[in-house]
Amino acid sequence: MATHSSEINGPDVNDPAINGPAINGPAIEVDRLTVRRGGRTVLDGIGFSCPPGSITGLLGPSGSGKTTLIRALVGVQIITDGTVTMLGMPAGSAALRSRVGYVTQSPSVYSDLSVAENVRYFAAVFGLGTAEADRAIDDVGLSTAARQVTGSLSGGQRSRVSLACALVARPEVLILDEPTVGQDPLLREDLWDRFHTEAAGGTTVIVSSHVMDEANRCDRLLLLREGTIIADGTPADILSRAGTDSMDEAFLSLIRHSMAGGRSTDEVTS
Amino acid sequence: MSGPILLATSGRILRQLRRDRRTIAMLIVVPVLLLFLLYYMFDGAGQRFDGVALVMLGIFPFVIMFLVTSIAMLRERTSGTLERLLTTPAAKPDLLFGYGLAFGVAADVQGAVACAAAYWIFDLRTAGPAYLVIGIAVLNALLGVALGLLCSAFARTEFQAVQFLPLVVIPQILLCGLFVPREEMAGWLGGLSRVLPLTHAVEALQQVGLHPEPTAVMWRGVGIVGGCVVLALGLAAATLRRRTP
Repeated sequence: MATHSSEINGPDVNDPAINGPAINGPAIEVDRLTVRRGGRTVLDGIGFSCPPGSITGLLGPSGSGKTTLIRALVGVQIITDGTVTMLGMPAGSAALRSRVGYVTQSPSVYSDLSVAENVRYFAAVFGLGTAEADRAIDDVGLSTAARQVTGSLSGGQRSRVSLACALVARPEVLILDEPTVGQDPLLREDLWDRFHTEAAGGTTVIVSSHVMDEANRCDRLLLLREGTIIADGTPADILSRAGTDSMDEAFLSLIRHSMAGGRSTDEVTS
Repeated sequence: MSGPILLATSGRILRQLRRDRRTIAMLIVVPVLLLFLLYYMFDGAGQRFDGVALVMLGIFPFVIMFLVTSIAMLRERTSGTLERLLTTPAAKPDLLFGYGLAFGVAADVQGAVACAAAYWIFDLRTAGPAYLVIGIAVLNALLGVALGLLCSAFARTEFQAVQFLPLVVIPQILLCGLFVPREEMAGWLGGLSRVLPLTHAVEALQQVGLHPEPTAVMWRGVGIVGGCVVLALGLAAATLRRRTP
């Protein structure tokens, strides 16, 4: 039955023959990560790991530490304690720079350049040419806007330009901070299809979001609150744990439960 | 550092500049307008105009490039593109020398137009050749670029960046020997003047004004300004941090 379904549904993401040489161990490994900033503990000894080709959703209210965690994964955050290992190397290692793609929350692209000029510049930084840039623009559905100046685009289009600048390098790990903010439902669907396509090709994806209905599209969820992980499991685990069939309700209930004081024993095991 | 990334960065900065027509117009037209003002202030061509206009050909590119670069680099920092670039294979010198090269090209155009106007429209006379004047003007532009890149690290907003103009640029103009000859300054002022790079750039220009051939004093000035450019770029590289709190 399992073999059949994988034949019907396309490539099995766990099959090394499809993914190329398998990475030994997890693609991402975070151990006792602590970040203090200005006397405040932003991340408090968190740990988790992600297998290659998985999509992990990072959820939590604003101020819960999502962006700090993402910055630590990319290696731009000064960390106080613990380790962050990406593809077997310490996060931020020079060798990771063309293998880890990072898309910041606010689109970090040049608003005075056209879409194509932006993506071609980042392609050149990764040692790639215009063909790869054009492919990445096509991947995010901006081919018809390629010649437009980025500053004249809608917020949603701008964040897709930013995404294209990361996708162009075909990274093995793709780290996305709230990539679907400001996108209409149809485009959000397209973006999630894109993330699943990348993951099916072996890319490990981490997506932060505070839109709970997107949580169902992840293989696995981490719920962050005040710098600690208060729930870790598949969407089904989280729902059954909260005893509801709505993600919104599940998160509200888990957050309230953690506020009531039971947070250290709150891990959902899958 | 990688040649292709540096060139791609320069190309990208020039493309950004190309889309900003008003800035291009200001870069090219403003020095000529200021020369026009000087020309009428000194009642037309003559020795006094020659002396001041020659020094101004060195000061304009320095001031304008300082402003343009510090704002451009600040935008790179605040838009998040700098942090993003530092997560890619781009090295810090690729970025800094990319800026230097791009604005150096812009300074070439600016210097050539300003010198052409000075010699042909306003009848500037120098004992030395015009190409040396353009060369020193471009070197001064690079000094402006390097100091602008460095100062942008200490500003969080564009308002703050502009404040570095009176702090870093105007003292150099006051003390460079344009208003009061350096020999007539009080000892400590003269000493202060000697440690400011613009003083040496102005001295080099004045040498071109007085002597038909390049002099040792001119080369010393050029060397000191070049050294300051490299030093400021090195310090600017030290302010670019891949990891931040």
